[in-house]
Amino acid sequence: MEKIKVKEVDNVVVLFAGDSGDGMQLTGTLFSNVSAVIGNEISTFPDYPAEIRAPQGTLGGVSGFQVHIGSSKVYTPGDLADVFVAMNPAALKTNIHKVKKGGVIIYDEDSFLENDLTKAGFTTDNPFVELGVSETINLIPTQLTTLTQKSLEGFGLDGKSILRSKNMFAFGLVCWLFNRPMDKAEHFLENKFKKKPSVLEANIKVMNDGYNYGNNLHLSIPTYTIERSSDTKPGKYTSISGNTTTAFGLIAAAEKAGLELFLGSYPITPASDIMQVLARRRDLGVKVMQCEDEIAGIATAIGASFAGCLAATSTSGPGLALKSEAIGLAVMSELPLVVIDVMRGGPSTGMPTKTEQTDLLQALYGRNGESPAVVMAASTPDDCFHYSYMAAKIALENMTPVILLTDSFIANGTSLWKLPKLADMPEIKPNYVPADYKNYNAVSRNEETKVRYWAIPGTEGFEYRNGGLEKDYVKGSISTAAVNHQKMVDTRAEKVQNVKYSIPELEIIGNEDADLLVVGWGSTRGHLMDAVSSINEKSKNVALAHFNYINPLPKNTEEVLRKFKNIVVCELNSGQFAAYLRSKIPGLNIMQYNKVQGQPFTAIELEEQFELILKK
Amino acid sequence: METKILTYTAKDFKSDQQVRWCPGCGDYAIVNSLQKVMADLGVPPHKTAVISGIGCSSRLPYYMKTYGFHTIHGRGAAIATGVKAANPDLTVWQITGDGDCLAIGGNHFIHSVRRNIDINVLLFNNQIYGLTKGQYSPTTLKGKVTNSSPYGTIEEPFRPAELTMGARGTFFGRLLDVDLKNAQQVMLEAAKHKGTSVVECLVNCVIFNDGAHGYLAERNTRPDRTVFLEHGKPMIYGVNRDKGLILENGRLKAVTIGENGITEADILVHNAEDPNPTLHWELAMMQGPDLPIALGVIRAVRAETYNDALDKQIEEVKAKSKIKCFDDLVDNLEQWEI
Repeated sequence: MEKIKVKEVDNVVVLFAGDSGDGMQLTGTLFSNVSAVIGNEISTFPDYPAEIRAPQGTLGGVSGFQVHIGSSKVYTPGDLADVFVAMNPAALKTNIHKVKKGGVIIYDEDSFLENDLTKAGFTTDNPFVELGVSETINLIPTQLTTLTQKSLEGFGLDGKSILRSKNMFAFGLVCWLFNRPMDKAEHFLENKFKKKPSVLEANIKVMNDGYNYGNNLHLSIPTYTIERSSDTKPGKYTSISGNTTTAFGLIAAAEKAGLELFLGSYPITPASDIMQVLARRRDLGVKVMQCEDEIAGIATAIGASFAGCLAATSTSGPGLALKSEAIGLAVMSELPLVVIDVMRGGPSTGMPTKTEQTDLLQALYGRNGESPAVVMAASTPDDCFHYSYMAAKIALENMTPVILLTDSFIANGTSLWKLPKLADMPEIKPNYVPADYKNYNAVSRNEETKVRYWAIPGTEGFEYRNGGLEKDYVKGSISTAAVNHQKMVDTRAEKVQNVKYSIPELEIIGNEDADLLVVGWGSTRGHLMDAVSSINEKSKNVALAHFNYINPLPKNTEEVLRKFKNIVVCELNSGQFAAYLRSKIPGLNIMQYNKVQGQPFTAIELEEQFELILKK
Repeated sequence: METKILTYTAKDFKSDQQVRWCPGCGDYAIVNSLQKVMADLGVPPHKTAVISGIGCSSRLPYYMKTYGFHTIHGRGAAIATGVKAANPDLTVWQITGDGDCLAIGGNHFIHSVRRNIDINVLLFNNQIYGLTKGQYSPTTLKGKVTNSSPYGTIEEPFRPAELTMGARGTFFGRLLDVDLKNAQQVMLEAAKHKGTSVVECLVNCVIFNDGAHGYLAERNTRPDRTVFLEHGKPMIYGVNRDKGLILENGRLKAVTIGENGITEADILVHNAEDPNPTLHWELAMMQGPDLPIALGVIRAVRAETYNDALDKQIEEVKAKSKIKCFDDLVDNLEQWEI
């Protein structure tokens, strides 16, 4: 047997890109699952256009899927790709800047003909020269179309179906390149196509032929092995998206609290998956209503909350804007409610499939009147589960709406998820009215915590009238009395602030004497961690404080931040969290690093930025 | 086994709050009738929820000793839908006005009707915005001078019946504030109907639109100007009970029994349960002086409710699924041991 060069690497980034009809999302998902199953860490980033099928071969229709696999903890989908599979010239053009020096590009020769090049706006017959592709990059031309056609000869499939299978050839080839186990790959395909045996058979054939093609032709590139991760705790895992874990967090919380789960929602990119995941769970008694609009989505949820459910609504930026008035009603009527905002590029319709953190101030302040709500943010596809669960717990225990911010990056991205058991989750104790409570009304509350007592309609003796009008602090009846309003405003604010006693304190990652404190929130954690650890390997001069709880802030926030002379707040907006921190803790020396391009940070750009600040 | 029969009086549904509508407002009659109807219905106060939006009529929940929720403008239908879907054991009433229901809340209204969620909608139609002081509403008659239409409105009004039937509604009734006995009968039937029951309550706004329903309100002329429709009964009306409705060339026509050879047998018998809405539509749209204005239950058709369908589907899926709890859900994911 001939010896094939094998490169052992700690981690590798693979990028698949092609037409939005080329099956790149499936190919990427399969590849990351096969990697996860053998014990690699994974982090993925699907990046797709808003159009379902843009004109074939054009730049606007390019759909990409990036996956980072590692033998130690990976925090991000990676900045630059080691291996890039380009299905057509448009994919090459839009993604070439994401390929590492010394990387590999595998491309479909059959799709790089004159017509294809013209569609992608190339003017010569050599796109690589035209793009100035580095000579260090190893080009592997492969006749994916022709080879797929040959592979499926005699299968009796029509030409279109055959063409649709060429992503499987590329998948097989990449499996060979990375020494992925083909039996596992077959297993995932079986699950995917179990209802379509003829498609399954064809896909397996093409995939294996792709693998063998690499193996037999001894392509002049080294293959890679990535050892199983040692950072991963033993246990059962799956690969899962943030939208799915967000939905699961609500299911777990409802069961723990002993309540029915109700979701009122409306289709919106990129949040619709949450509704769809929950809609499948009629078997768990989950009541999902797809409503006539965003407002009805939250209004039905508020009705369900009033009636005694764990109620939630899921949306994205423009939808959150439409729900503002109703969130105010939940604030005023002091009902538990989880509002999930999967942030996307804005304003207005903006960039629906791209990621941003631009809804923070909307979540904090986008309502009429003094209208405090709990605001929190998740960081990774897997911790969306934890924060969605906690959002429900906080809502039920504190009788308040909770806005949970995720974003397109973690909602559609996937990571490894250690499967939880309900028994290991913290208890949830809704603030029910005590059975022996006398003279209950709409504002009866625990005087210590300021949390209103919840009476569920159907319970005898606790009939009460709630509403959006200001109420008398004692009697619960309508009141416009001046001093009373002040007291009610203060009480609602105090109740929300009291949540800080039950959330974790802010932790510093790194050296507490560092010259620079990097601050971030939500989904940027992975990139910030990568950049900070990379600098600290050399100098130990940077520390990181990352926020998941935003209103209220962790109770030690001021104490921690005041220890640092220099703080840089990094976020994917124009400085919303920085402005918030300045208003809450005046006098800090806060610098900003902002990016609003619809894309996550790269660890490289962050590192450069931090080095620059340290030099000053 | 001994069954305890609970009986209620209107007082059991009255809260301690002082009613604060303008003296002479038609809404008083509706709240009093509603409390009587609730007592007759026999659903206990704690199993009753009254949900409203914003406007004069939407203050009503404060006057009820039931569970109540005075919400935000236009969204009462959606919130009431959520209440019923979440907790179908509750009897849910939605209180709304012509502005709340048909302007800002129009979308929620037609969709709650389309879904046939089992709620009882009392739509207080005084053809004016009262609480904001006299602007024209979607039901204000064309040409009417109001504070926001100083030269007269140039808009065609909605007819709530048309909207209800256009949205495939299963129940439509109409009542008049000063006609207490009939009003209670319509409300009671609305409550008993399974599905979205829309009751157009013609109420008078003494301040901003006094006499809007004056054509019907006069006790002496009312019997000749209205017909009270009851399922299975002939469409007879008039002070002397000698007037009736027939179909002629496919159109409704008012006739007098005993004239031109017309006998009682020629008079149409009301079939509120006919799924075909054509005649219901014609009846609901009748106008004077040639035809009487229809009051009573115009349409009451049996159809599956949203909440029943939801609960049924949940039971069906539960019975078939091996996933019974969160841990099962996780166990059934594609997974691997590391």
